[in-house]
Amino acid sequence: MTREPVAVVGIGQTRHAAARRDVSIAGLVREAARRALDDAALTWSDIDAVVIGKAPDFFEGVMTPEHYLADALGAVGKPLLRVHTAGSVGGSTALVAADLVTARVHRTVLTLAFEKQSESNAMWGLSLPVPFQQPLLAGAGGFFAPHVRAYMRRTGAPDGVGSLVAYKDRRNALKNPYAHLHEHDITLEKVRSSPMLWDPIRYSETCPSSDGACAMVLTDRAGAARAPYPPAWLHGGAMRSEPTLFAGKDFVSPRAGKDCAADVYRQAGITDPRREIDAVEMYVPFSWYEPMWLENLGFAAEGEGWKLTEAGVTELDGDLPVNPSGGVLSTNPIGASGMLRFAEAALQVRGRAGEHQVADARKALGHAYGGGAQFFSMWLVAAEPPTT
Amino acid sequence: MPEPLTAPLVVEFPFTRSLGPVQSAFLTGLRERTVLGVRTTDGQVLVPPVEYDPRTAEEIRDLVEVAATGTVTTWAWNPAPRRGQPLRTPFAWALVRLDGADTALLHALDAPGPDAVRTGMRVRVRWALERTGAITDIACFEPHDDEATEPTERAATAHASSPGVFADPVTAVTTPARLDYTYSPGRAQTRYLTALAGRRTVGERCPACRKVYVPPRGACPTCGVATDEEVEVGPRGTVTTYCVVNIKAKGLDIEVPYVYAHIALDGADLALHGRIAGIPYDRVRMGLRVEPVWTEGARYPDHYRPADEPDADYDTYKELL
Repeated sequence: MTREPVAVVGIGQTRHAAARRDVSIAGLVREAARRALDDAALTWSDIDAVVIGKAPDFFEGVMTPEHYLADALGAVGKPLLRVHTAGSVGGSTALVAADLVTARVHRTVLTLAFEKQSESNAMWGLSLPVPFQQPLLAGAGGFFAPHVRAYMRRTGAPDGVGSLVAYKDRRNALKNPYAHLHEHDITLEKVRSSPMLWDPIRYSETCPSSDGACAMVLTDRAGAARAPYPPAWLHGGAMRSEPTLFAGKDFVSPRAGKDCAADVYRQAGITDPRREIDAVEMYVPFSWYEPMWLENLGFAAEGEGWKLTEAGVTELDGDLPVNPSGGVLSTNPIGASGMLRFAEAALQVRGRAGEHQVADARKALGHAYGGGAQFFSMWLVAAEPPTT
Repeated sequence: MPEPLTAPLVVEFPFTRSLGPVQSAFLTGLRERTVLGVRTTDGQVLVPPVEYDPRTAEEIRDLVEVAATGTVTTWAWNPAPRRGQPLRTPFAWALVRLDGADTALLHALDAPGPDAVRTGMRVRVRWALERTGAITDIACFEPHDDEATEPTERAATAHASSPGVFADPVTAVTTPARLDYTYSPGRAQTRYLTALAGRRTVGERCPACRKVYVPPRGACPTCGVATDEEVEVGPRGTVTTYCVVNIKAKGLDIEVPYVYAHIALDGADLALHGRIAGIPYDRVRMGLRVEPVWTEGARYPDHYRPADEPDADYDTYKELL
């Protein structure tokens, strides 16, 4: 039996903020889900199953929150699944939902990811005082900063590239009404002179901590035919994992990321991603990860990623816009961040990205990673349905 | 072989909750000695109230006051209350359908013993003396004799015209969560820690790929086979990469700035993490050769300092980045 083509017909996200004290967790997910249904012109009864993702339970301290959220997501009497893959979870959640449509298990699936970081403590939740172990000597940025230094050493990238990425993403966020950070007075000089937290990572080159949720409605061909707006069609999706630590692990360009991208491109018939893909939403929690992922995802040869950033190729009006939404650097509700990348890629090819729309975007890549650079999930969506 | 080490691990955080409109009204109501439910689209009254109709998924906001008396619908005796539970003496966990509600609320029922509890028995709320807007504002339920009670006993009726509207509503609560574990690092780590106590660092070599893992885990994550050939590594090593930490980490008594480095001990095939000192932070570099500095009684080296030898060539450690 052939695979059922999957269409993204509804996309919704919350207004993201440092703290959404106006809503409960249920109210937060509801806001995104309701917008996705409205975008698809569907009601709760049109949904056959719900697939939900978030970071580990101890972030908010609600154990298996998916059960408590069944009412808010109209999931009573329907299958409700939870996906766990750390920071990449928003991406893998969408892929699990897509697989249910591909395999014709369900026709229309609501998928959603969220984090209410103001009610949690991500730092503590990830840094438990495990007996006998050496105490951690630095926070999340301290975990990633040495890998950034390794990238700079390996490629000879000049110091300022990270600031260019942050300056670009924060300006893109000004065009995205849902983004958490709206730094209207941002200048490159302000980024460059922001405090050095974990040298070589500056304050302005790090992601914020956000409350937010993102939802999508995925459906089959018949569902797409009924949708009021153009759908985004799934052309390829893949996940890969590897251990956090092993002898030979390449922290700068993890093998799992390369393999995952290669699988997606093979499914989508992409042979030259740099030329064939029109927009990229990649998971960049620290600005230097843009050039690092440009190489890992095959948009640039090894050692050349920073040159694309430096030349302005990844700007909103560049040849290969990266994170037109403002990216993780502007909005980071951890569990939802991966799904936001996937959803923003879909918005681009649907032509519904508003002020941060990339002109004539026909194919876009959504990318997420998580854990100690150990879980990867990606999808490629296009304006046209797949031909096979 | 030493017995694997074990130690208690307590994970405890005071999580906060933004309540949203319905839970805010419910908990503020408890503070005011009023129990609120919510009416669903088809007229059922749910207590405790929820924000969305479980049947239709519609948003529901029609709050209604129910009585502080009700009926036990089922129960289980708790002979040994644990830390954090509502009562210190043995009690019944009971589902109580309050008069006016269609669903039952879970809470503690204070009773002298299981023989004094039965399904169908009448109970009433025993309010806590100090109320803050939390489920614990109901201290517990207690047996209730309807005949012996004045019908006007209920406290707050002033809200009946607009249930759920209160001055100074509670909008967030703090909910502590605690997990008690017994942690064991396993046999491989126990061997590693035992050696560290003698200031020796041991790794284990994979019989298949020949890589040396430090700290050892008893298995090679790449080959999936047991590692049992013990290999002593270090004590010197090479800084493969690092960052300069300029913000104080919680619970760490280290002056900033300091250098947090990945250090490949001689003979190890992956780097471990450590602090570099004994050199100005801005003179630390990739390839710096270092050695451990121990303090009395510490399980791990306090930090690493420069060893008196030339820097390692990039090619010797670039595969370890």
